[in-house]
Amino acid sequence: MELILDALVQFGEITLVLVLAPLLTGYVRKVKARLLRRQGPPLLQPYRDLARLIRKEVVLAHNASWVFRAAPYIVFAATWVAAGLVPTFASGLVVSYAADMIAIVALLGSARFMLALAGLDVGTSFGGIGSSREMMIASLAEPAMLMVVFTLSLLAGSTQLSSIAAFMQGPDVGLRVSLALALSGIIMVAIAENARIPVDNPATHLELTMVHEAMILEYSGRHLALIEAASFLKLLLYVSVIACVFAPWGVAVSGAGLGAYLVGVVAYVAKLAVGGLLLAVFETAIAKMRVFRVPDFLGAALMLGFLAALLLFVTRAH
Amino acid sequence: MDRLALDIAHLFAGGLVLVSFMLLYQDRMFGLLNIFALHALVVSLSVAWQAYIQEAPHLYITAAIALVVKAFVIPVALHRIIVRLGIHRTIEPVVGIGQTMLAGIGLVALSIMVMLPITAEAGTLAREDLAFALSVILLGLLMMVSRRNAVSQVIGFMSIENGLILAATGAKGMPLVVEISVAFSILVALIVIGIFLFRIRERFDTVDVHELDRFRGEQP
Repeated sequence: MELILDALVQFGEITLVLVLAPLLTGYVRKVKARLLRRQGPPLLQPYRDLARLIRKEVVLAHNASWVFRAAPYIVFAATWVAAGLVPTFASGLVVSYAADMIAIVALLGSARFMLALAGLDVGTSFGGIGSSREMMIASLAEPAMLMVVFTLSLLAGSTQLSSIAAFMQGPDVGLRVSLALALSGIIMVAIAENARIPVDNPATHLELTMVHEAMILEYSGRHLALIEAASFLKLLLYVSVIACVFAPWGVAVSGAGLGAYLVGVVAYVAKLAVGGLLLAVFETAIAKMRVFRVPDFLGAALMLGFLAALLLFVTRAH
Repeated sequence: MDRLALDIAHLFAGGLVLVSFMLLYQDRMFGLLNIFALHALVVSLSVAWQAYIQEAPHLYITAAIALVVKAFVIPVALHRIIVRLGIHRTIEPVVGIGQTMLAGIGLVALSIMVMLPITAEAGTLAREDLAFALSVILLGLLMMVSRRNAVSQVIGFMSIENGLILAATGAKGMPLVVEISVAFSILVALIVIGIFLFRIRERFDTVDVHELDRFRGEQP
């Protein structure tokens, strides 16, 4: 019985992330538009975009290989599984013992690998530029993310998100410099990974500046729908990870009643709303940086991760 | 002394190391001055917190001096000097920012490795403060050697002094007279450096200190 209930909760989480992901993106776009005193697209526009793209026919380049056709499915599946592994409204999920934070980073890394291959596959110059820039960003963003993961795991004594969240709710946390550094590091990584403004502009098709859009320029129809859905999911995933680790309040523990789960869902939606609002304000307030400044930006994130792990050894000198 | 007090002291000291890294990362002159003001603000907060937990009222005066002189007077004065001299407002580092930051991490690791074993008998607070203070001092030195521009070298010098204050307040019982004399010597240094900047600028039309090497005939 217990197992069935846990499986149901896990299923609920996986569905919830898929349902909420386009809404989060629509919400961020809406807030950004309102901050610029524009009307902005309706909140449900991303759902309509996806529905429309799925109905449209796929246009393939003549020399597209199976990699190009398979990539959207792999990217979407890997991202969706990774997003489903994060304890969003309930912790102690069925599969969380098999998959920890490092598995999530690895899933996202393989999704990125497939996308970069697909960008190179057709052989257009834009796809090549996009893939090479994406790899440049990844080569710094992934170590930075891993350093943050190591810091959190050293603190909590576990790499599992559920245990880390439980530790962060406990009395042993206190005010720690390492956590502040890890938070800044993971936010910088999240901005770079989701192609948000100082690193990349998600709303542009200006060829000199784009990274993510350049890789997917050749996609259309249901393939494009899958890739768009994967990028919505990725944004949701990063906001959820940050919320789960640094604001773990309201997450229902395993075996709690229906009421606790409802509280968890409400708290989760509220956290997403706050995270999306902060992201929109940040993106509106800042200018995009040149591509050649991005390594400095991500180098700073990597340095924050290193510093956080280093300072753990000074803290209270256990 | 409870754990929260320790954590807050730790947070301020660690924040100071972080602001030192921000100084290394910054490549615009006015941004550098603003971050230096932030550096001084964090130092004064840290000193004020130490005054509170050590119950040493004279440390409040130290905090006030740091706040007024280093967070307001020196940045504003440097700002005016830069505007007066019409200095080129981007900073060219000797090596890339990435390598400088990596070297900075190495220095922080070094100071932790050095400080923790040799202060094994001291209290936890003093140990951490000394480790952080040594990091801030080394980062200030790194900033002085890795920048060509005289103004950013001045900022590096001032941030070293902030690190010294952090070390002195962490180890209990720095007399007030020491702090006052240090603050005055910093002001005098600022005046001397200001005159120095005017002279370099007058002579070479730039504040790039590599011109000095060429003038001495050390470089072609």
